[in-house]
Amino acid sequence: MRFIFKTDYEQDIRLFRHGGQRFWYGVLAVLLLLAPWWAGEYVMSQLHFILIYSIVGFGLMMLTGFTGQVSLGHAAFLAVGAYTEALLQAAGVPFVISISCAALFTAVLGLIVGLPALRLKGIYLTIATLAFNVIVEEIIARWHSLTGGNEGKHLKPVQILGWKLESDAEFYYLCLVLTVICCLACVNLLRSPTGRAFVAIRDSEVSASCMGVHLAKYKTIAFAFSAALTGIGGALYAHKLAFISPEQFTLFQSIELITIVILGGIGFLHGAVLGAAFIIVLPQLISIAKGWLPEGLVPAGMQAVVFGVILVLVIIFEPLGLYGRWLKIRAWFELFPFYRKGMFRRQKSYMKSERLR
Amino acid sequence: MSFFKVEHLGIRFGGVVAVDNVGFEVKRGEVFTIIGPNGAGKTTIFNLIGLIYPATRGRILYQGRELTGLPPHRVAELGIARTFQNIELFEHATVLQNLLIGRHRHRRTSLWREMLFTSSVRQAEIAQREAVEKVIDFLELAKVRDSLVAGLPYGVRKVVELGRALATEPRLLLLDEPSSGLNPEETDDMAFWIEDIKRHLGITVLMVEHDMNLVSRVSDRVLALNMGSVIAEGTAAEVQAHPAVVEAYLGKAA
Repeated sequence: MRFIFKTDYEQDIRLFRHGGQRFWYGVLAVLLLLAPWWAGEYVMSQLHFILIYSIVGFGLMMLTGFTGQVSLGHAAFLAVGAYTEALLQAAGVPFVISISCAALFTAVLGLIVGLPALRLKGIYLTIATLAFNVIVEEIIARWHSLTGGNEGKHLKPVQILGWKLESDAEFYYLCLVLTVICCLACVNLLRSPTGRAFVAIRDSEVSASCMGVHLAKYKTIAFAFSAALTGIGGALYAHKLAFISPEQFTLFQSIELITIVILGGIGFLHGAVLGAAFIIVLPQLISIAKGWLPEGLVPAGMQAVVFGVILVLVIIFEPLGLYGRWLKIRAWFELFPFYRKGMFRRQKSYMKSERLR
Repeated sequence: MSFFKVEHLGIRFGGVVAVDNVGFEVKRGEVFTIIGPNGAGKTTIFNLIGLIYPATRGRILYQGRELTGLPPHRVAELGIARTFQNIELFEHATVLQNLLIGRHRHRRTSLWREMLFTSSVRQAEIAQREAVEKVIDFLELAKVRDSLVAGLPYGVRKVVELGRALATEPRLLLLDEPSSGLNPEETDDMAFWIEDIKRHLGITVLMVEHDMNLVSRVSDRVLALNMGSVIAEGTAAEVQAHPAVVEAYLGKAA
């Protein structure tokens, strides 16, 4: 077991708390940087998706996991990011500017969607975001002159300052750099006053407001920030697929995104990455399972069923998700043989001032 | 100009008049206590001062400034902090993180700089931490500094909540039943701290309390409330002996 002897306030705000962390993140960084050498074409493509979904996962985690505002409309932000990128690229705007615009535009949209969050709480807000998703999907399908309607839009490979990113490896590095930047932005926000205000709003709005947290302002910031990250993810998603159409951004996509967050572990940034990896690998596992099972036993649309079942099982048996499971495994090894079953069980919370809500 | 003054304060919820025409004045540097039987409207007055409920009538004046009509987060920015009767801490955060949220009104960093975590943000964070450590020293919370609030006993949470209010560096501290749920020893500690807060930190305390031992020990003046109206005001001994107060608690002699 590791005991950290603290001698400096800096130690609590550093990115890495101890040498062990520095070592393991170093190993991860080397593995990821060398991926084009060890990964085949198929694995590379999966890695693209995992990175893109991680960025979106970070965005949704900041909103749902840290600010406590559940959104079922993030596929709409993904769509807006993707279409902004497609349209600007078609108009000949350089990539650096077009992806910034995608982030900015979705952030503004996030601000607008965030406005009902100031009046609606809990499930009602979720319903509002759900409606937003449906509206955006319809607009994209119907606004033929701008979006190409159901025929969709084609995208050319990314070009940065005359350098064409045509190979898988080049696009992979672009995704990796953006993922790291987004991750750092989240980590930095979470260790500064804004991130603390988010968490305060999640845990108790009344007392956050009594501590001087402007609820409306911070909820809107959370929405805008989350939307901006999703927009960046959307732009990369569009380039990855090279073709986008409205049916990629349905409610099911939104549910998939929220599944990333819940499955990965709500309230942990690590959870976003683990959830993204799981969601990408799952369809492969299903198709492998299909091969083993007798013909005709597995109906079409199996994926949605499996998603649903997994989501329900996670919520019942492991509310902290994959990352929570990892924390427990780690604690088991660290404390061996003193780990107790009930260690991570949340204590019954004391009566709260319900009448203030 | 008075430090803190409430004039003709009233609120009705539908047909129920919870607080009716209450007026009092708190002087700078004193401990002022509101007592009264259950349902007298004590906590409602706190929620009116905290602007959690909009007052139906009356005014709340703080350092000559009218509070009624301001948005709730402004109250903390003006230097008024409060604790809750049933504890409203951030349960899934450590004690340290809870106290740091108390520093929210002293933040000086912008969103962009926070995302980049520039050296100015780093320095600001360390300055906030130093301020929080002073509160930790004051309330002797050092040994639970890194524990999750969800795992702490009730008595300690009560102190953490007091600490979070102190971390805002308030000029006026509202304590809603600081001794509720505490054992006699913890209540004794609480009394010490309230005295220290008044004497060493120079913070004015407005408190709602049931435990008359604690009330008589720390308060300079006491206000008794029943059915939403003021029935007596004076020192602890005066109020306790007041016939209207005796009647409110024990009923009329047959």
